[in-house]
Amino acid sequence: MVRSNYYYPQSVELYGLAHRLYEGLSKDLNYNVMLSQRGMVNLCHSTAEMEVGARTVNAMQISGIDAELFSPEDVRRVAPIYNFSAGARFPVFGGIWQGRAGTARHDAVAWGYARAANRLGVDIIQNCEITDFIIEGGRCRGVQTTRGTIRAERIGMAVAGHSSVLAEKAGFRLPINSYALQACVSEPVKPILDTVVLSPGTGVYVSQSDKGEIVIGGGLDRIPSYAQRGNLPTLETVIAGVLEMFPIFGQLKLMRQWAGIVDVVPDSSPIIGESPLPNLFLNCGWGTGGFKAIPAGGTLLANLLASGKHNDISRPFDLDRFASGRLIDEAAGSGIAH
Amino acid sequence: MQLFPCPFCGPRDETEFHYGGDAGNTRPDGGDVPIDRWANYLYLRSNPKGAAREIWVHMNCGEFFVMVRDTLTHEVLSSSALGKEHAA
Repeated sequence: MVRSNYYYPQSVELYGLAHRLYEGLSKDLNYNVMLSQRGMVNLCHSTAEMEVGARTVNAMQISGIDAELFSPEDVRRVAPIYNFSAGARFPVFGGIWQGRAGTARHDAVAWGYARAANRLGVDIIQNCEITDFIIEGGRCRGVQTTRGTIRAERIGMAVAGHSSVLAEKAGFRLPINSYALQACVSEPVKPILDTVVLSPGTGVYVSQSDKGEIVIGGGLDRIPSYAQRGNLPTLETVIAGVLEMFPIFGQLKLMRQWAGIVDVVPDSSPIIGESPLPNLFLNCGWGTGGFKAIPAGGTLLANLLASGKHNDISRPFDLDRFASGRLIDEAAGSGIAH
Repeated sequence: MQLFPCPFCGPRDETEFHYGGDAGNTRPDGGDVPIDRWANYLYLRSNPKGAAREIWVHMNCGEFFVMVRDTLTHEVLSSSALGKEHAA
């Protein structure tokens, strides 16, 4: 999912940068990442949610991000198969629409970046574990790996799902809890849903892939975990949510279900900046929302590694916000499930 | 469905339990606490891969307790009532 429907100005800058870079990514990487800006609607299920929705839309528009407040008729136009019945558990009062949001092929993004990096002379070494950090004079000077030593002036750490494990080797702790996040896809069917629909009531978002699979994502498993598999009760909640939103999907069979480990930060915003170990730079804590931000996270970490300094976009996301109290609480601000 | 052992009610469905945080993360005492100590208490976590000592609450009986759990395998290694040594 690629979107930038956030509330706080700092987040709008960050995810707005990522969104703009995504729009030119296929060209920049010379690789088709299959970006499809089919639009996304965050539903509102009550008058109170509509008021919060209007506030979010206003905040986004003031920050120069496209957003529109949808009426129930607008929602019905973009997602006619939603459960609009009189007895629906989560009736539609409207929604937050971002027309530039959409989907991209996740594999293609990884492959495209790998090819482009390789072309620029970057070495990508697979199956090579960091066993320790080389620390001299209180500064990070490189890493020990299972395939030898690598020394560097500045070191970047971008290891989603294992940030705390590596931080422990470097001698510090992070404001992170790791959880499993599940997703699943159905068997492929003919085109039936040409937008992305997120319901805060069910905590579920649904889209249809180019191959025709219904792609389903939900909330986090609520048990701290490094196991690359999901818990059954959460999957049950997600599937129940899908059927509440789209009763028509009751006939579908699920093809695949999986879970990945995500590093969740208390304010649902990432950590970008120098770690407590000088010369070691962090790009972590993206929680459930890293994919949409890949181009920005990469750009900002590259800037940090090249200059050793923050720019205006990355500075608010420094680790020091947890001591200063200047959190960027998107879970509360935009009400987006993380 | 995984079963978690409540020290008071015995093995029960995981959905009856709620994660409460790291065991042993004690609130700083007194009025003159350095900022870093507060940040450490409020936000920083060990988040171990492997055995973790955690506070859980069994929502049915309302009791908080300590569960030692492997975060990689989800195996429960021990479960015990909060004693004086865990007062947190």
